[in-house]
Amino acid sequence: MMPPAIACVDLVRRFGTFTAVDRITLQAHVGSVFGFLGPNGSGKSTTIRMLCGLLAPTSGQAIVDGIDVARDPESVKRRIGYMSQKFSLYEDLTVRENLEFYGGIYGIGRRGRRARIDETLERTDLTDNPDTLVRELSVGVRQRLALGGALLHRPRILFLDEPTSGVDPISRRRFWSLIHELTAEGATILVTTHYMDEAEQCDRIALIRSGKLVADGSPADLKRELMPWPILSIDCANPFEALDIIARTPGVRDAALYGVHIHAVVEDTAVADALRTALEASGHAVYRIEGVAATLEDVFVAAAEGDADA
Amino acid sequence: MEFVVECDRLTRAFGRRVAVDALTLQIPRGEVFGLIGPDGAGKTTTMRMLTAIMAPSSGSARVLGLDVTRDGEAIKERIGYVSQRFSLYGDLTVGENLEFFADLFQVPPDERPERTERLLAASRMTPFIRRQARDLSGGMKQKLALACALIHTPEVLFLDEPTTGVDPVSRRDFWRILYGLVGDGMTLVVSTPFMDEAVRCHRIALMHLGRMLMCDTPDAIRARHPDEVDLEAAFIRLIRDTESSS
Repeated sequence: MMPPAIACVDLVRRFGTFTAVDRITLQAHVGSVFGFLGPNGSGKSTTIRMLCGLLAPTSGQAIVDGIDVARDPESVKRRIGYMSQKFSLYEDLTVRENLEFYGGIYGIGRRGRRARIDETLERTDLTDNPDTLVRELSVGVRQRLALGGALLHRPRILFLDEPTSGVDPISRRRFWSLIHELTAEGATILVTTHYMDEAEQCDRIALIRSGKLVADGSPADLKRELMPWPILSIDCANPFEALDIIARTPGVRDAALYGVHIHAVVEDTAVADALRTALEASGHAVYRIEGVAATLEDVFVAAAEGDADA
Repeated sequence: MEFVVECDRLTRAFGRRVAVDALTLQIPRGEVFGLIGPDGAGKTTTMRMLTAIMAPSSGSARVLGLDVTRDGEAIKERIGYVSQRFSLYGDLTVGENLEFFADLFQVPPDERPERTERLLAASRMTPFIRRQARDLSGGMKQKLALACALIHTPEVLFLDEPTTGVDPVSRRDFWRILYGLVGDGMTLVVSTPFMDEAVRCHRIALMHLGRMLMCDTPDAIRARHPDEVDLEAAFIRLIRDTESSS
């Protein structure tokens, strides 16, 4: 069994009395996409900075490609690619010039650099506009360029910090296609995101809250373990008043409004009959009740149950 | 008046770039209306025009029957606005921030204690009344921003990407509060890039590069694209159709 490409073992980082990362243990296997989810300020970026060798841990270990990052950060930096949130591009340079710049930073020899840049432009679909200034580019194109910058030196391990933040849906899809291509070729990618549909595409995800790991597993496993109950979507008259009736029906674990529908987590799909009866008895016409799949949002809410919100 | 928000070919350009392109829509009272799209779609610019903090280049808009260009100050007294970036005072406490906004909106002093208490209780922030705003988590900051936007009991609430960067639990909590407000008669205009937030709205306007591609309920949009697996796929189809026909 191959060792993991990325691992954290009881990783801790404190800043004075504040514990930003509180004993995080996780693993990303070679050729996988690992998703890191959590609110801003939860410790995701601090964890990534430790994995990239930009920040030393307070205790515990960060291991990338078999190397203890704290002991040999420079070796790690050569093997990884990092794409930051908001992309770190030079607005007054062109696409090609930005890649030239990054090529220089990663120590790609002048001779091979042109070929490598052309290869990267192909890969990230930027062959149409290599001489356009970055400030003229849309967010979706900048995103591809920023990824290109992280891929120039052909790293086996990539850290992508909110790479699709604010990007249009078509570019997001294209980006994720590229991520899957890269992992199919054996790269390991750790990505942070706020988009639940992206989290669904990860092989494994970890949810971090206040520096602690709250859930860790494949999307399917997490749904099975944390949200084993069926969810019904109810479409009825006067959903505001109906919510109370639904919440109080025996067999309903939780109910919440979702636009004009109500989502009810139930012990069993048979509760649908009891719901229909209760609603009709109180004068709320029932238009439709159907089962819906649990989302990762449901999973995280279930996982975070019991955590104080402060 | 039938609609609380009306836009008629509302347009805003910045030099040659058209940020909002002839937007036309109507929002009835009590609706949760979503402006959906990524960065650059024109959501924030639209909100700024509707909240009378930016003038349109052409076209018109009315909020609560008042023209955004002529009656901006009157509109501001009757609406609330929660911006995307935290814009409260980090070094003031929760209570002090609320007091500040109560002053700004000239809320009568005798009404303040009851309103403050009610707003804090609704967002479960009562225990934090003496905490400095900068020490609150992201989710709590947004709830405080919401409370400050509600202190003068507005009729329409504008929220610009209110849950971006907030965790799913806080987001769910936030929406529970929002639905409560709607139950009491408020109209909400929310912008978001997230489809799973779009489906929480009664009706949505899918926006792309300043133009509205479609305006309808999430269910209706999905029904009109039966071959597409979800709302996002339908949105992508609309974008592609628009681009291929232009």
